[in-house]
Amino acid sequence: MDSAIIIETVRSVVASSTPLVFAGIGELLTERSGITNLSLDGSILLAAMAGFAMAYVSGSLLLGFALAMLVGALIALVVAASSIYLYQDQVAVGLVLTLLMADVSSFVGLRYVRLPGPSVPSLSIPGLSALPWVGTALFSQNLLVYLSYLLVLGVWIWLYRTQPGLRLRSIGERPEAAFARGIPVNRMRMVYTGIGGALVGLAGASYSLCVKLGWSHNHTAGMGWIALAIVIFGGWHPFRVALGAYLFGALKSLGSLMQPVYPSVPTQVFQAAPFALMIVALLLVAGDAAAIERRLPARLAPLVRAVFQHGTPAGLGRRFEQG
Amino acid sequence: MKIEIQGINKSFGAVQANADVSVTVASGTIHGLLGENGAGKTTLMRILSGYLQADSGEIRVDGGRLELHSPADAIGQGIGMLHQDPLDVPALSVLDNFALGLHRGFWQRRGRIQRTFFNLCRRFGVQLQPEDRVGNLTVGERQQLELVRLLALGVRVVILDEPTTGISEPQKRLLFETLHRLAEEGLTVIFVSHKLEDVEMLCSVATVLRAGQVVGELRAPFDRERLVEMMFGRAVVAPPFASRCTTREALDIQSLVVESSRMRMAPASLKACAGEVIGLAGLEGSGQRLFMEACAGIRKAQSGHLVIDGVDLTNGRYRDYLDQGVAYVPASRLEEGLVRGLSVREHFVLARQRAGFLVDWEAAEQVASARIAEYSVVGTTGSRVEELSGGNQQRALLSLLPDSLKLLILDHPTRGLDLGSGIWVWQQLHERCLQGTVILFASTDLDELVDNSDRLLVFSGGKVSQPVASAEMSREELGFMIGGVNL
Ligand SMILES: Nc1ncnc2c1ncn2[C@@H]1O[C@H](COP(=O)(O)OP(=O)(O)OP(=O)(O)O)[C@@H](O)[C@H]1O
Ligand SMILES: [Mg+2]
Repeated sequence: MDSAIIIETVRSVVASSTPLVFAGIGELLTERSGITNLSLDGSILLAAMAGFAMAYVSGSLLLGFALAMLVGALIALVVAASSIYLYQDQVAVGLVLTLLMADVSSFVGLRYVRLPGPSVPSLSIPGLSALPWVGTALFSQNLLVYLSYLLVLGVWIWLYRTQPGLRLRSIGERPEAAFARGIPVNRMRMVYTGIGGALVGLAGASYSLCVKLGWSHNHTAGMGWIALAIVIFGGWHPFRVALGAYLFGALKSLGSLMQPVYPSVPTQVFQAAPFALMIVALLLVAGDAAAIERRLPARLAPLVRAVFQHGTPAGLGRRFEQG
Repeated sequence: MKIEIQGINKSFGAVQANADVSVTVASGTIHGLLGENGAGKTTLMRILSGYLQADSGEIRVDGGRLELHSPADAIGQGIGMLHQDPLDVPALSVLDNFALGLHRGFWQRRGRIQRTFFNLCRRFGVQLQPEDRVGNLTVGERQQLELVRLLALGVRVVILDEPTTGISEPQKRLLFETLHRLAEEGLTVIFVSHKLEDVEMLCSVATVLRAGQVVGELRAPFDRERLVEMMFGRAVVAPPFASRCTTREALDIQSLVVESSRMRMAPASLKACAGEVIGLAGLEGSGQRLFMEACAGIRKAQSGHLVIDGVDLTNGRYRDYLDQGVAYVPASRLEEGLVRGLSVREHFVLARQRAGFLVDWEAAEQVASARIAEYSVVGTTGSRVEELSGGNQQRALLSLLPDSLKLLILDHPTRGLDLGSGIWVWQQLHERCLQGTVILFASTDLDELVDNSDRLLVFSGGKVSQPVASAEMSREELGFMIGGVNL
């Protein structure tokens, strides 16, 4: 293989993994606040459909994305509100919504199946795209890819460098303590679930408008479940969640590259392999940060901790009731 | 600020925690709030800090009525509270906990926050590392962190719910000096405590609560007997310590070395007789906890031996320790000792019914109700443990212990207990000694150490002294040894 093919492969992996990055980061924000939004797979399907349909009908990509984000946010808010205000179980509500939204997307989307639609234009970033190797692979992409880079970095800064981010981490870890410090826990949970849901909706639309253009039945093929798994393996850390998304994309494209090379192996193996490999790879990535830290000079330890610190938010899925 | 609490009522189900409580706290004073365990002190203070909503009654500040719907409202009015059990975020670092809720700005400004933090720490003699995880700190260190944080918030009324349970004598003196100084500058302090000497040293007025009602108010100088009688409705005196030590050797620890990521302990050796009480003295975090955890079989020892009644248990399975009759009562009740969300009855199932498949609820109910009656736990067998008052949680924890034990290890056995309960707990423990149980306990309270033990091991920065007879130690000498002199 010559380098041009490798660069092109990396470029397409980054592009096709971008929806997964959006979904993972969205769910990360929601879960960091202590709410589990299990409706991801259904939300993504419905958002992908709605986003495409809106863009197709109105001819405006922007309207398509806006509608998709609205759909994602509303579904997420149903999960949060039913837990916070109606005392319902987050997991149960999320699962029911997944099934329901998948069916709604099939039904409403019937009219838009396999229509040629609009797509997001590519744009090379002058300067950066001229860099050797990474230039083409990372900076000769469509606009949403650049948005996802900014999002990952922005969320990391938000979580670890700002006061609102610190408050976000605290409400997911120990809501009682956050409440005692004057933070309106349940209102914040609603806000972050809404934002997280909007990003999940963006993931759906960016799939149907950038990656696999158009709409068909079960268009996004299980992306929501993958995103949920990546958030867990990625330890609720934005960099690792993004890494997990790219890794999954890479494994999938590896499968399609290998298939013609080994025609005797059943195709199902190549389709299923990414999932198994993903688990192994993420286990390696999710290694013990403390162990890494101990092997490094003390001066670097805070840096490693800043980049790799992670852990299940202790208050995840637990209702908070103020007295 | 002058605070008037008027006619506060608060019930939890059938329990009336506060019944028509009225207290007036003058501006710039240090006001004591006393009462036995479960009297309703914490409930009242939680209402004042906005954490709980009263059923009825009102709070006035400088004559104006306050609407407190959440802690945010109270903080906005300059009312801050140090909670009895540290209400912080264990997964975050010390500095993050300090910064949380400190200012409304956008960027963290860690450099500036860290400077404020170090300044305050220096001022109050607190030693905390900003990057340590709060979950790894001792209860005392967490209380110190909360206190420093409250002062950084610039509150005008500070509520301290038993702040002296986890700090050393010198730190306490510093804290009291600071509180006096702040009170002179106009800070209003409400101080909840069980320690009468603390109240005497600090407060100018004290209100006593009993069973949710105000019993009365006294002014300094306090009449101790009168205070005790108001709190308990009767006089309470501790019986003098009588050693139950026998001549049979029951515990043999040889050069035990224990290590954690934070410290490595110097080898510790101890031979104890059946029925002996050994106190572990030292500032919190000086290695007592590592030592106790190794003795309890929770933590592996790097080297050394631990023999109980002739059986070598060194680095054995925890199960073997339990079967040998070793029990450990940790200091943080709700985090390590009890399971949040489970009822008292369910705790008895966990502790007592280790074999078998189906739960025998009837048996559990019987044991549980008998034990909570015996240990005078205020609550029912169905109460979830986090609903019990601090002192009652401690009673519940002790009531769970098996009847016959060879080695009983307790971390701060009377932390948070009122005077009467403290005396009562030690009576129970000394009775166990009659059956030959060896007791190891850690405490930061010098009086408790000297008054209840045969011998002491003094810990200082991971170093351990030879065992010394308590009767031969003056409090002063002990203080020096804890500081690391003559160790
Ligand atoms: N959240 C709750 N749910 C149910 N009952 C509660 C709750 N909080 C407190 N209580 C009950 O209210 C009563 C008063 O408790 P409170 O914690 O105010 O006592 P306290 O004076 O602070 O005692 P201590 O000295 O032991 O801390 C107790 O009987 C307790 O069991
Ligand atoms: Mg209390």
